[in-house]
Amino acid sequence: MLSMCILAEMEVNMSLLQVNSIVSGYGTTQVLHQVSLKADKGQVVALMGRNGVGKTTLLKTLMGLIKVESGSIEYDGANITQWPTEKRAHGGIAYVPQGREIFPHLTVYENLILGLAARSIKNQEIPDDIFIMFPELKKLYKRKGGDLSGGQQQQLAIARMLILDPKLILFDEPTEGIQPSIVQSIEYAIRAIKEQQKITIILVEQYMEMAFRLGDFCYVMDHGEIVMHDNMGNLEGIEVQKYISI
Amino acid sequence: MDTFVMQLFNGLSLSSILLLVGLGLSITFGIMGIINFAHGEFMMFGAYSVYLVQNLTYGLWGDFFFIFAIPASFFIAAGLGFLLERSIIRHLYNRPYESILVTWGLSLIFQQASRNIFGASNVDVRSPDWLKGGISISDTIQFPYNRIFIILIAIIAIAVMYFYIYKTTNGLKMRAVMQNRAMGASMGIQTRKVDSLTFAIGCGLAGLAGCVVSLLGSIGPSTGQNYIVDAFMVVVMGGVGSLAGTIAGALMMGIISPLLEFFTTSSMGKVLVFIVVILFLQLKPKGFVTFKSRALD
Repeated sequence: MLSMCILAEMEVNMSLLQVNSIVSGYGTTQVLHQVSLKADKGQVVALMGRNGVGKTTLLKTLMGLIKVESGSIEYDGANITQWPTEKRAHGGIAYVPQGREIFPHLTVYENLILGLAARSIKNQEIPDDIFIMFPELKKLYKRKGGDLSGGQQQQLAIARMLILDPKLILFDEPTEGIQPSIVQSIEYAIRAIKEQQKITIILVEQYMEMAFRLGDFCYVMDHGEIVMHDNMGNLEGIEVQKYISI
Repeated sequence: MDTFVMQLFNGLSLSSILLLVGLGLSITFGIMGIINFAHGEFMMFGAYSVYLVQNLTYGLWGDFFFIFAIPASFFIAAGLGFLLERSIIRHLYNRPYESILVTWGLSLIFQQASRNIFGASNVDVRSPDWLKGGISISDTIQFPYNRIFIILIAIIAIAVMYFYIYKTTNGLKMRAVMQNRAMGASMGIQTRKVDSLTFAIGCGLAGLAGCVVSLLGSIGPSTGQNYIVDAFMVVVMGGVGSLAGTIAGALMMGIISPLLEFFTTSSMGKVLVFIVVILFLQLKPKGFVTFKSRALD
């Protein structure tokens, strides 16, 4: 009986993602110095900090696009530190990179279907709820990804990743360089994902008000290290501002 | 006039061969950043495959051995390409300079290996009887069947490649990896598999080219060398990684170079071809077909 209780407690405490003092960077340039963080199931974790402090590097390291020099990454009960990127993608980690990185010469439809094709899913159909969230995309089906506006590309980047039914989403500055009306629809989309309570989100965002509205927990980075972390409710905007304003 | 028409027609069949060789070069450079100087040797493998099939099965099937030799040359060259990619080429990704040196060395090794196995002198492949003769257009102009056959093979190969690249799931993955490798992997594409398969297909197309040149003359260890430089020019003129560009480049090279040689001398013709290529690249440095898009920096 006692052991059952302990098990149940472990279940509650188990986070989806746990990063243990990772070190990584580009070639000989070390960018991340012993970064640790964790994210629980269904949580939105905001990651803030100025340009060049290592936020994007951290997301890329989580996605497996940059090698970890030391430290470990645990995800969904497995040590994924050495997993190649595609294996992480199949495991449910999805990435919405800075600058969207839509495939420019693939059509919108091809951009959307690609992830399903990569999973050898036989019945390749794009679920309708994607178009409830982003009705505009359906009209753009046959257009090349590279011909869309920045906002449309961002919507496509979110849609193509949601189709994959992820457990963990890595969002890198989803509102950067995007017109205000679309910023709102992106915030709405992230909120809708959050309200389902199923998907964990790590959100890199410079637009502080939005990060405060969406986040449950916040990490602030500076010079490749985590300098502050707390529940969103306990954080003072002014203190965070110190690390964000130039 | 008659000779001119014949030159044009011969140029078209040369274009077809260059197209098959150039297409493989173009996609391997486009997707993996590999400049493959050993590509011509896969053409040679294809040619020797025909020779082998002939020696093994001529007694059984007579002239129809050639029907069997076509897929054999593709799959033997593709299989060898696959093994080479898995063992050596994969260590050279996005290191174009090293890839030149290594593949050039491989090219020499392959040529010497074929000398050791098949002998230094060239060997002949019997052209099937049904490819002898030709269609007479006028009293003095005759289009030989074997050259028509080469053009047909190239057209079919291009149609199949077009279908593969633009209509199949594997082709979709290939295009995605070509455009953005990191994002392709992030979407779950097994990029290593795409690389091996693409490289193998490129080598298979070269093998197919080797198969059809065996109809035009004897084949030997340096069969690939006769075409590789022109094939590189096709890729440079056409624009890397583009099917349409490679077709345009192959037509240019295949038709213009025999014409220039026709109007001048053989060596002067070569010089003029290089001048044309250099001038062309001044005007269009990225080749015929270039991609423009908002998303590309």
